Parts: sequence; C-alpha cells; structure tokens
Amino acid sequence: MAAGFKTVEPLEYYRRFLKENCRPDGRELGEFRTTTVNIGSISTADGSALVKLGNTTVICGVKAEFAAPSTDAPDKGYVVPNVDLPPLCSSRFRSGPPGEEAQVASQFIADVIENSQIIQKEDLCISPGKLVWVLYCDLICLDYDGNILDACTFALLAALKNVQLPEVTINEETALAEVNLKKKSYLNIRTHPVATSFAVFDDTLLIVDPTGEEEHLATGTLTIVMDEEGKLCCLHKPGMFPPLQS
Amino acid sequence: MEEETHTDAKIRAENGTGSSPRGPGCSLRHFACEQNLLSRPDGSASFLQGVAEKSRERLIRNTCEAVVLGTLHPRTSITVVLQVVSDAGSLLACCLNAACMALVDAGVPMRALFCGVACALDSDGTLVLDPTSKQEKARAVLTFALDSVERKLLMSSTKGLYSDTELQQCLAAAQAASQHVFRFYRESLQRRYSKS
Repeated sequence: MAAGFKTVEPLEYYRRFLKENCRPDGRELGEFRTTTVNIGSISTADGSALVKLGNTTVICGVKAEFAAPSTDAPDKGYVVPNVDLPPLCSSRFRSGPPGEEAQVASQFIADVIENSQIIQKEDLCISPGKLVWVLYCDLICLDYDGNILDACTFALLAALKNVQLPEVTINEETALAEVNLKKKSYLNIRTHPVATSFAVFDDTLLIVDPTGEEEHLATGTLTIVMDEEGKLCCLHKPGMFPPLQS
Repeated sequence: MEEETHTDAKIRAENGTGSSPRGPGCSLRHFACEQNLLSRPDGSASFLQGVAEKSRERLIRNTCEAVVLGTLHPRTSITVVLQVVSDAGSLLACCLNAACMALVDAGVPMRALFCGVACALDSDGTLVLDPTSKQEKARAVLTFALDSVERKLLMSSTKGLYSDTELQQCLAAAQAASQHVFRFYRESLQRRYSKS
C-alpha cells in the first residue's frame, strides 16, 4: 500500500514524513548518513582515499608528475581535479564524454581548491621556471546516492593528506632531475575545507545530506564549503528547479 | 509534459583560436582543448576553461527553468544562446540579465523576472557592486540571481574566501541594487512598446 502510494505520489509521500520532522530512512532533518573513510588503499597512486556517505561512494586517487611551469607563474605548480561519474554508479549516466553533472562537479572541486588555498601552489615548485609538480586528482564515483559534492570534497582532502612526494634534486652537470624515492615527505595542507549540502523543499525546509531520491524531489540544492576558521570558500546554489506541481 | 531548456554559450577565445566545426551544443573551447592535449599541463588550463563554460551554462539554465512556466508549453524546447561581445567584468550577471530580457522579448510566459548582480569584496572588506575586470581580482567575487517578486535568491556563485557576515552584507546590497535593474527593465520595455 505504502509502496504504491510512493510510486504514484512521491512528493506527497515524502511530505508525510517531513511533517513529523523525519525522513523515510529514519534520519532527522539535520542528520548526516554514516560516514566511513579508507585512506591509502590504492598502492599505485601517490595518495588515495575512499569515502562512503551512506551509499554514496567516491574514491580519489592522486598522481604526481613533473611539468614545466607557465611563464606567467614560474614558481607555481598545478592541481588538476577531475570528477568522473561512470555508468556503473547510476543508471542516469551513459558512457562517453563527461556529462554536464560531471563537468559541474569538476568545476566545483577546482573552485574549492582555488578558493580555500588548501595547497600553496608555490609548495609544488621544484626549480622555478624549469620544473614543478602537477597533482592529478581523479575522483571516481562508485555509487551515486545523492550528495556527491560533499563526498568528493572529503575524498579529495583525505587523499591530499595521504600524498607523499619524493625529494627531487636537479643535477647541475646534467641538468636532469634526480628523484630520491627513499626520502618522501607529506604535502603541506594549509586549510581543511568541509562541504555541506542541503536540499530545499517547498522553499521552507532545509534538509542536510540529501539522498538521490530527495535530490530529485527537492525544489533546489545548496552547497556551502567552510574552512576551520569559519570562512566560506564556496556557496554553490545552482538555481532552483521548477516546482513539480505549480 | 516536460519542457526542456537548453543553454549554449559560445564564447570566442581572446587570441582567436579560429572556428571549429559547429555541431549542436559544441562550444569553441572544446576544440582548443583537443589541440593542447599534446602537453598535459597546458591541457589542464584549456580543459578547465571548457568546463567553466559548462558550469556557467548550468547556472543560467537552472535560473531560467525556475521562472519559466514550462507546463504551458509541453513538448517544447527553449534554447537560449548567449554570445559574449566583450567582457569587462561581471560576466555571469550580464549573461543572466541578457537571458531574462531575451525571454521577455520572445514572449515566454514566466512567473517572475530575474536579474544578476555581482559584487566584489576587497581585502579590507569594502564592497564593490558590479566590479570591472580589474576590480574582480579582489579577495572574493559573489554573483547572485534575484527574482523580481520577492527579491528571493535564485542562484549564487562565489569565488574566494569570505565570512558569513560579509555574505549577508553582499546579499543585502545585491537586493538593493536589483531594484535599479528591474526599474531599467520596466523603462526599456515601456519605451519599446510605446513606440509600436
């Protein structure tokens, strides 16, 4: 009976729960799902982390490579994030070039890295004007059940804290880089940005950590990223959806 | 019953990357990205540029979708094409205003008008509304989309670090500024329809 009602009138079914200030999975309106983190599981990457927010699973792998710096910023390295939402995480995604949602998520992560100054790009410099580190951060969603932005930010932070870069010296005679794999050091993480996503219902209710179904029923979503000093790094409110019944 | 709204933003590169085969929904940046795949660090710069356009498109599209009365036009697709003629700062706010005026001009039924307002926050906390490109190099730049009925916040996109009191100040300033933008909409529409 309840399953039939849920299929025919999903919004009304949901509103019945909201009236009692709870949600179908038993959570309060301001409660997060169980979060688990697994650090350093990918041995081939320089740093990695797996984050599970309820069912939503995101894995982040960081690879460090050499690159030549650009001429207008000769002492700055690069941090290149990429969010991948493959078809295995949800039936809404098809295989092929990155869809719009993946590109928006990639841009969001790039903005968070840029705005929060999580890594000082000068720390990635080996030899100014000649050699810098570039960190390729690949975030892959393994299971999409809503709140992908929070999970990606968390996975990125955890993976960057796990990254160990070897010591590099430039040989003066040959002008080649010599990598000392025995001497590794962690990155200097300056701030710890944390993302919190909300779903807006009927323009009045705010629900924390929405699941996939809740995101679909919501009027809009809002993501706020704050660092430990209480400064906002990003306020991402990508517009409102039209109300389902107008 | 659903009505789709597509937004294509075609932006010409500053150094004239030349024209690319234009398929539906194919932006110029994508072509530049393919060329620069030869050396990966440069690939990052141009790849992110193309992705920035997609992000901007999505912001504009969601704002339009929230106000357009889609249920009156089932099985219809509304395409909003924005061409940047010159960028002197506050680009996203300008795109939002252009999109709203275009929808009004096309006679698309909407539940409210919307406007875009950008503001920049200096390192000492001074607020500058509608910043120029030079002023946009400040500590933080916040762009808001506000509706005309209740000055509600439809969309926000921010860059940089700021505190929540500063956010409230910017939002209040943007809401006050939106009055001017809506008055301008009304005046220009009155002028246009009084002539005909």
